[in-house]
Order: sequence, then C-alpha cells, then structure tokens
Amino acid sequence: MKAPSTHPIKPATSIPALLKTAFVNALIALVLFSLMIGIRTEAGSSGQLTYWTRFGDLASIVAAVFGGSIVIELLRQWIGPTGAEKLVPPAVQSGISFIGRYLAPALLIFTLLVPVMFYNQRYILDLAILVLTYVMLGWGLNVVVGLAGLLDLGYVAFYAVGAYSYGLLATNFGWSFWICLPLAGILAAFWGVLLGFPVLRLRGDYLAIVTLAFGEIIRLVIINWQDLTGGPNGVSGIPRPSFFGIPLDNSDDGLAARLGIEYSPTHRIVFLFYLILALALLTNWATIRLRRLPIGRAWEALREDEVACRALGINTTTTKLTAFATGAMFGGFAGAFFATRQGFISPESFTFQESALVLAIVVLGGMGSQLGVALAALAMIGGFELFRSLESYRMLVFGMAMVLIMIWRPRGLIGHRAPTVYLTKAQAISSDLVKEGHG
Amino acid sequence: MSGDKILNVDRLAMRFGGIVAVQDLSFAAERRKITALIGPNGAGKTTVFNCITGFYKPSGGAIRLTHDGGTTIALERLNDFRIAKQAKVARTFQNIRLFPGMTALENLMVAQHNALMRASGFTFLGLIGAPGYREAEKRAIDLATDWLKRVNLLDRADDAAGNFAYGDQRRLEIARAMCTEPALLCLDEPAAGLNARESAALSELLLSIRDELGTSILLIEHDMSVVMEISDHIVVMDHGVKIAEGTPREVRDDPKVIAAYLGADEEEAAAVMEGGS
Ligand SMILES: Nc1ncnc2c1ncn2[C@@H]1O[C@H](COP(=O)(O)OP(=O)(O)O)[C@@H](O)[C@H]1O
Ligand SMILES: [Mg+2]
Repeated sequence: MKAPSTHPIKPATSIPALLKTAFVNALIALVLFSLMIGIRTEAGSSGQLTYWTRFGDLASIVAAVFGGSIVIELLRQWIGPTGAEKLVPPAVQSGISFIGRYLAPALLIFTLLVPVMFYNQRYILDLAILVLTYVMLGWGLNVVVGLAGLLDLGYVAFYAVGAYSYGLLATNFGWSFWICLPLAGILAAFWGVLLGFPVLRLRGDYLAIVTLAFGEIIRLVIINWQDLTGGPNGVSGIPRPSFFGIPLDNSDDGLAARLGIEYSPTHRIVFLFYLILALALLTNWATIRLRRLPIGRAWEALREDEVACRALGINTTTTKLTAFATGAMFGGFAGAFFATRQGFISPESFTFQESALVLAIVVLGGMGSQLGVALAALAMIGGFELFRSLESYRMLVFGMAMVLIMIWRPRGLIGHRAPTVYLTKAQAISSDLVKEGHG
Repeated sequence: MSGDKILNVDRLAMRFGGIVAVQDLSFAAERRKITALIGPNGAGKTTVFNCITGFYKPSGGAIRLTHDGGTTIALERLNDFRIAKQAKVARTFQNIRLFPGMTALENLMVAQHNALMRASGFTFLGLIGAPGYREAEKRAIDLATDWLKRVNLLDRADDAAGNFAYGDQRRLEIARAMCTEPALLCLDEPAAGLNARESAALSELLLSIRDELGTSILLIEHDMSVVMEISDHIVVMDHGVKIAEGTPREVRDDPKVIAAYLGADEEEAAAVMEGGS
C-alpha cells in the first residue's frame, strides 16, 4: 500500500528521466487502451461483428497520460514527502500539533450537536449516519490493517455476517436488537477466527487475495443458501430498533406518546444517529484501550517485525487471530446496525466495493490513526456526496482527488504514531519509521 | 571442561537441500558462563543459533536445555515462540531486528508480553482496568527502566528505536532480550559495527549479565578483542563442523584455528592473533 504510482519515489529527477517515465506510462496506456478505446466492436443488425476505429480518442487518452505523468511527477517533487517534511518550520509544526490536540474533541462536540443543528434536514442526518457507519467500519478494520498490519480485502464479509445475524435472528425468533447486537458481534468474530485459522500462515499479497476470496464466498453463500437467507431477495421486514423496549413509532405506547410530545419520524433518525455514534465511540474506546494492553502492543510489534515477535515468545498465530476476531466483531456490530437502519438487507449491499471503500478509508486516514480514519471517512463519504452533481465524472474527480492526497501524504492524512506508554514525554513517531506490515 | 551444563548440542546437523550448513556438531554451554561460537563467515554459526532458537528445524541431532531445577527440554521439538516462552532462551539477530516504529520503552514492554498477558487476564481484566494489571504494568515499566539504565539509554526511552544509532540499537536489542528474563541469552555478533569504545562497553555489559544476574550466554562474535576477553569457553567452527574448542588461550594457539582463519581472510587471522597478545 504505497502511493499509487508505478515507480518508487525518487529524489528530484532530471528532465530526461521525467520524460522517460512519462513515455513509458504513455506506452502502457497505448497498449492498454488500443483495444479498449481504439477499436470499438458491436453486434451488427444481423448478428455479425461490426467494428470501427477511434484512433482520435486513443491519441488524446495517450497524450493525457503522457501529460498527466509529467504533472504528477512534478507534483510529487514539489509537494511530495521527499524533503517536504524537513521544510516545515517549527512554528507551523507546533501549530499543527495544537490543532491536532483540539481537533478530536472539537469534532466530537460537533458530531454530538449534529442532530440539534440539522434537525430539519433529513438529508444531512442520513448522510451523517452513513459517515458514522463508515467511521465505525474504518475503526474496526484499522485494528486488522493499521495495528496488526494484516491486509484484509474481505472485511465486508464480517459486516454481512453481522447484518444477517441480526436480520435472521430478529425476523425468525423476534429477538430484540439489544440481544442480537452482541450476538452479531460474537458470530462475526467467530467467522473471523474460522477464516483466520487457514489463512494467517499466508503473508502479504497471498493473505490479501485469500481474504478477498473469503469476502466473495460469504456473499455467494448468502445468495445461494435460499432457505435461510432468502437468496438474492434478501431479508425484509427487519424490526427497527426500540428505545430499550419502547418503540419509536406513532403508536400509543411509542416514545413520543409516552413523553407527551408530537410524533415525528425524525425521532427515529436521531435515535439511529446517536446509536451509531455510541457504537463507533465504543469501537474507538476499545481500540485505544487495547492498544495500551499487551495484546495491542503485540499487534503493533507484529506489524513491525514478526520474526522478532517470535524470538520474544509471542505466539504470532493467536495474536493475529485476536486481531482478526476483534476487527470482525466491530464489523459485525456495524452490520447489525446497518440491518436495523435499513429494515432490509440483500447480498447486493456486501460487495467487494464496500471492502475496498473501507480499506481506502483506513489507508487514506493513515494506518493506525483513529482520528485519521474518522477524517478520511468524512472526506470519502462526504466528498462522494459533494461531487454528486458531477454525475458520471464523479468517479474521475474523486479518483484524482485520492491520487493527489496520496502524493501529498503517502502515509495518510495522519501519518505519525503515538506511543502507547512513556517514561517522561510521549512524542509522536514519524511515519517514516513505522512499518506497514506485510501480512 | 566439566560442571553444570545448561545447553547440550549433540550431533546437530542442518541441511538446506544439497547444502550442508552444519554437520555432526556437538558442544555444550556451561551455566553462568559465556560460551563463544566463532569461525569464518559462512561457517554455519547463525544456522546453529537458528536451530537452537527454533527458527530452523534441525535435520538431525539433539539440543537439550537443562534449567536450574534440573528439568530438561528438547529444543528441537519446540516451536520458535515456545523456546522463548517456555525454555527461556532469548536471542538477538545478526542484522538487528527491533520494532523501529515503537519507542525503546515499548520495545522492552513487548518483550514482557507473556507475563503481562497473564497479568491482564488475557486482556479481559486489563480492558476493565483491574488494579492487578496496573501494578503488573508498573513493574514491567520498572524492569524496562532498569534495563534502559544498564544499557545507558534511559534518556532515550521515549524515542523511536528506528532513530537510534547503530551501536545503541545493538544494546537496545540486548536489553529487549534480557527483559524476557531468559536462562540462556544467545547473541549473534553483538559487536558488529561497534567502535572500540562501544565494544569495550559491550564486554562490560555482558560480564555484568553473567556475574550479577547469572544468565548463561552463548555468543557469536568476530571481534576477537571481545571474544578473548570475556569468553569462558570457545567453540570454533569451519565449514559446518567443529574444528576446535577450549579456553581462549588454547584456541588462540591452536594451529587448526589459525589455518581456518588464514584460509578465510588474512585480516581476520591477524585479528585472532592480536586479540590474544
Ligand atoms: N535458509 C537457508 N537456506 C539455504 N542456505 C542457508 C540458509 N541459511 C544458511 N544457509 C547456508 O548455510 C551456510 C552457513 O551460513 P551461516 O550460518 O549464516 O554462517 P555464519 O553465520 O557462520 O556466517 C552458508 O553457506 C549459507 O549459505
Ligand atoms: Mg552469521
């Protein structure tokens, strides 16, 4: 997980080297796009193959790649990490750390007040709930990827297990959300361990591929196990959460009636908002706490150097399994929340794209940083909405924004690591030293 | 050589495909003594360490560790992490393996993982902040502080290990190994890359570990000034077999040893001679 580039970051390159890089990239684009764009094929009226060429489009794409490569290389040299950090004056640095110290509490207070400020704006409340769901998923995956350094591309599997656990238990047995929530977490953790056993002896790319496959397997099982899961039709009529037994509806014993206030559907939205906020904060609290316990330190040590861990008597298999199970459990909680919020779940909600999105949030946030992940979730999900007006160019603009951010900060928005214990003074550790793990 | 042996290596063999890295190697390490394993590059010393510490599964032979109480453990049958955890064998690496993104203190805390894990009730007690765990953590920090003091790195406790100078990293790695409270400490070329002053400090540190804590040490080292000064017993290897063993004086005068070093590298041979004079 490096900056999305085809070349390693090098110190200032000369103009010929720059042109060479751009030329190679343009050549790759030419080969890649010559069939995809250069020749257009279609079935003709009588079923025969018709084709025509679009060499003009091809040429402009290749030219764009050539120019873009030069721009990106130059950007990398100007704003990229090489030397940039040394140029930051101490005053600015202390300013950044000042902001850093107060950003998290300020963000928390703002979040707590969102339902008050935007009470009448349903769209913003829904968006905020969505952002918080991804914050929670990001924090959950952060345990696996950011702390333990295990690249998991199938995180959505645990999200799905959590959602289906709640959906099925609630619709079949009528169990309440508050009983199903821990069960969903436990079941997801159980699946995490089950997946972990065969997989965790693999490292790096192999681990990533197998976890990716596991995510797909869970989805395919859900689609095909029609008797239990309803297959592609999904599970509908999942009960909405109650306020600890008191329903949030228009009935006589609903919360509104009991409090003697006028019923409004927004009550439920606000309740859901605080519910996911509480779940996310629980995840955050547990992660921060775990980091300072021996298990959390072992996770980070595992990311730094697995061989050294074994030389110190740490059972790396169980350590990896606990990381997997912990991350999976939080994913399961988030899944149960998702099910109760939607009232309907189907396999379509649990595609690889979700895993990729959550992983992107963790990487963009700065692996291991809680605040970074929260900011990244806000930027990704919020940004996605922001660009909605651009319609089909949305993905393009969004992708470019991601590339630029990763050039600017290859180790994520918050790249430094805070020590878990200190003697005299806790000082942030530069991301250059922190390892990313390799499986 | 007689006395109380902590480690007995008996007819150890290690083959990688067709390559025979160690063959028919037998030696013993005495308790509370420093045993050095020397030999030219490629002699198979690191391979012997990897067999003892479980990173390689030996192709043949037996490795027995006898604890103070008299219990004997067959190391060749244990996994690497169990050798550190149960047999209490700690090691350092020829190419230093610290946790570079963690502070010196954190490195030493990770070394106390198993004790802290038990104290934290396998995380559950620790999660709810049980007082028993907090005390255990305080003791762990004290032990770490103590070791930072011993290796003269106390003022850098909160710095990232990756930022340390080479010599400091070597000492920190030894401190980390010692924080596991081992019965046998295996050091793979701890003086490599150190200057003369640092080497002398290292010798002192190792002697204090032997004399004050009674930890047995197995040492691979090229720096003959260190080896000759602190070793109680020396085993010399070449091409995977033992060619000599004895006290520093005996080994220094052994023509086979000199020939092995001469064959390998004139500078090293000269170092062997000099180290003794
Ligand atoms: N994992 C391995 N695979 C193949 N050959 C190895 C391996 N480890 C060590 N060897 C070989 O074993 C021999 C001894 O290496 P080593 O134990 O590192 O020597 P020393 O530490 O004495 O310099 C060398 O020839 C080396 O190539
Ligand atoms: Mg070696």
